[in-house]
Amino acid sequence: MSARTRRQTLIGRFMRHRPAVLGAVAVVLLCLAALFAPVLAPHDPIELDTSVRFFAPLTHLAFPLGTDELGRDTLSRLLYGGQISLIVGLVAMATTVLTGALVGLVSGYYGGWIDTLLMRFVDMMLCFPQIFLLLVVAAFITPTLISISLIIGLTSWMEVARIIRAEILHLKEQDFVQAARALGAGGIRIMVRELMPNIVAPLLVAATLKVATAILLESYISYLGYGVQPPLASWGNMLTNAQGYFDSEPWLAIFPGVMITITVMSFNFLGDGLRDALDPRLRM
Amino acid sequence: MLAYIGRRIVGAIPMLIGVSIIGFALMHLAPGGPLAVYTLNPTITAQDIERIKTIFGLDQPVHIQYLKWAAGMFSGNWGYTFFGGRPVLIVILERLPATLLLMGSALSIAILLGLSIGMIGASRRYSIWDYLATTGALVALSFPTFWFGLMAIFILAVDLGWLPSGGMYELGEEGNIVDLLRHLILPTLVLALVITATYSRYARSAFLEVLHQDYMRTARAKGLRPRERLFRHAFPNAVKPLIALLGTDLPILFSGALVTESVFGWPGMGRLFVDALTMKEYPILMGLVMFTAFFVILGNLLADVAIALLDPRVRLS
Amino acid sequence: MVETLLEVRGLHTHFPILSKLFRRPVGNVRAVDGVDLDLAAGEVLGIVGESGSGKTTTGKTILKLIEPSAGSIVFEGRNITRLSPSMMTPIRRRMQIIFQDPMSSLNPRMTVGRILAAPFEIHRVAAGREIEDRVAELLAMVGLPAEAVSRYPHEFSGGQRQRIGIARALALRPRLIVADEPVSALDVSIQAQIMNLLKHLKDELKLTFILISHNLGVVSHICDRVAVMYLGRIVETAPRESLFFAPKHPYTEALLQAVPTPEPGRTRRRAVLGGDIPSPANPPSGCAFHPRCPKAMSRCAHDTPRPTRLPGGQVVACHLYGP
Repeated sequence: MSARTRRQTLIGRFMRHRPAVLGAVAVVLLCLAALFAPVLAPHDPIELDTSVRFFAPLTHLAFPLGTDELGRDTLSRLLYGGQISLIVGLVAMATTVLTGALVGLVSGYYGGWIDTLLMRFVDMMLCFPQIFLLLVVAAFITPTLISISLIIGLTSWMEVARIIRAEILHLKEQDFVQAARALGAGGIRIMVRELMPNIVAPLLVAATLKVATAILLESYISYLGYGVQPPLASWGNMLTNAQGYFDSEPWLAIFPGVMITITVMSFNFLGDGLRDALDPRLRM
Repeated sequence: MLAYIGRRIVGAIPMLIGVSIIGFALMHLAPGGPLAVYTLNPTITAQDIERIKTIFGLDQPVHIQYLKWAAGMFSGNWGYTFFGGRPVLIVILERLPATLLLMGSALSIAILLGLSIGMIGASRRYSIWDYLATTGALVALSFPTFWFGLMAIFILAVDLGWLPSGGMYELGEEGNIVDLLRHLILPTLVLALVITATYSRYARSAFLEVLHQDYMRTARAKGLRPRERLFRHAFPNAVKPLIALLGTDLPILFSGALVTESVFGWPGMGRLFVDALTMKEYPILMGLVMFTAFFVILGNLLADVAIALLDPRVRLS
Repeated sequence: MVETLLEVRGLHTHFPILSKLFRRPVGNVRAVDGVDLDLAAGEVLGIVGESGSGKTTTGKTILKLIEPSAGSIVFEGRNITRLSPSMMTPIRRRMQIIFQDPMSSLNPRMTVGRILAAPFEIHRVAAGREIEDRVAELLAMVGLPAEAVSRYPHEFSGGQRQRIGIARALALRPRLIVADEPVSALDVSIQAQIMNLLKHLKDELKLTFILISHNLGVVSHICDRVAVMYLGRIVETAPRESLFFAPKHPYTEALLQAVPTPEPGRTRRRAVLGGDIPSPANPPSGCAFHPRCPKAMSRCAHDTPRPTRLPGGQVVACHLYGP
């Protein structure tokens, strides 16, 4: 079986998983929409105009999805909000994956007291409910996009570390690692050249799923007011005021929530599909 | 058996200490520090802050502070609230029953439903039910809990008026069980949504694991009917890793409870946390962070003991 | 005067057994329990034994892939027993290993080209174009097509993967190669091919081999001398013909009797071994083989027999032949 047919088999497995394909398509569309928000959005998302407030969706051509309590265009805010949510999701995911992979790699490869120490630390961090940790820190720092992404990332890496460590422990048993040592390769070379290419698959799966959780977390802390600050729009903080107007203007609360749900769903389906395609061992 | 419990308890002590160190570090690393509520207040002078520091012992070296704080913690003195000066531990414990009620109800539903869905999915693998169950679980996991709660309130409580929109009791109805249950339903269902979805996925994979073992084939060869096979043979073996997962998922349950309580105004620890955030009540915030962490350690211990009771191999190893 | 490439004395490799609670050592698995070996340049020494005999551990300990617990290893006149991993690095160019399992001995995510380039990169002996040339040379040496460089291990058969492993071992032109069960995982028809390849390479490149196997047939093919191991100790070392036609140690006899011969109707004296192999964590006292030995004497339970050199060139550790 050549390299090409192997790739074809993986793609074939992935394609059979219809929700995963839908998820992939949706993710691509969402990313494109976020990327081209400035082009697609009919209005400036923070532009106020109280003369056009509370328009219902599909009633005015200029404001296809209506306007909110300050006259801001909902569609534009959704697009820019998506940009923000995706940025935070991706940066948080990068932080999580880098930290988790590093800890898992070092812990799994070196073993011994380093492993014990790091894994005890991971166990202890996992005792704290994530939202508690997140909010305590979020409430006391100045919330910028970077700081929010970082704290979400730094409270989510523990599971990734465990997954990667388990994978490394399994890989260490393989002869090719011993072969590298027999050739005289040092620890760094083995970790980087031999082990890392083999953990790309589980990392990819974990990364995709972590984007989903990061977006959920960002939307919650923004909703509470400790995340993305107005006037910058995020799907979460669009909900903060929207709940007060649900009786008369329900769309203000429905649209952002639906967008969050669809985005998170897409990443979840994509991640699940990737997991099934790349590693039959982990098939759920 | 007692030896095993003893060993686990001894093993939990370093965890408690480590967790307290992390919590302490958190308190001091967060910019603004423990005195954020005062330093952010422009009417308080620098001298006042120095005096407050001395009162709270914050001018002493870090490790001394930690030891004093830890000693206080482990002897029940968790400090006092900034506003009102009430003992933090008491304040937290007052809210504990409400949270336990919510978490317990949600967990019960999640376990029952999740196990059933998982079992059905596993035993009818690749069927339409399995497909619906796995996809449905993934969809349920994607809902932002707080938004789902808000929607539930708006639609079921406000628009349709079937259920109360928040709180734990109507005024004057404390003690009325029916009233309590009416208030409990929505938050429980909302919290249970995500937990059930997660649990059904675990259960499905646990049952899949078990159903393909050789002893299941033996049971079938013995002529046992599917239901018997499922319940008497598959179930006890599948359930053990699930109990362990209960322990590890406790933090997630707390997080979910926080979100649910804040949306529904349920007077538990989660709601307390969100309120304390607004008022920058550090003592309560730290108290809750530590309390939940300790609770999780306890929960894991109990889960381990439960598994040891069910599985003699664990005890004897 | 033939050079002694390798001299091993009193080699012990013990693995501690840790208690579950506090990880205190409560015993030892004595995988290698006192091994003496001499290896002349250019010869092929076979080490045979059943699983658990410690032969693989011996091979890996000699290469310092496993740290020895006691004893000395002198390679090319240099005592390498206590050398640190970093000091071992330059020496590793001269001693290599071929693994048993062709599936796990090659990194599934690396192309054959990268796998074979690794030795040159690690020791910085070549770069860029030169590595490509050397890799092509290696592939030709083991009989693989040049296009293999861009392929992944899973695209090859077991026998071909083993060839890649051999090529990798040869890259830096080592003097000593430890082949750990090189053909056990291969189909019988392929085994002969690979053994012939090894023989050919040994002659071409003037290599010295330690061939570890549980299969006496394989060993008889190319080995000059054979050492038989039981529970971490060598019970007999002899030139090939002597071992196969005039075994001295009772265990060697029993091993040979167990080899099926394609001669139906031929009756043989069956020295059937009773019992199971004892655990290496708890070896019997005295001679490790005495509980199962058909010729055991009373002293076998107390005195550990020491290796005795016999006039025919064999070295046997058995009370039947010496102190």
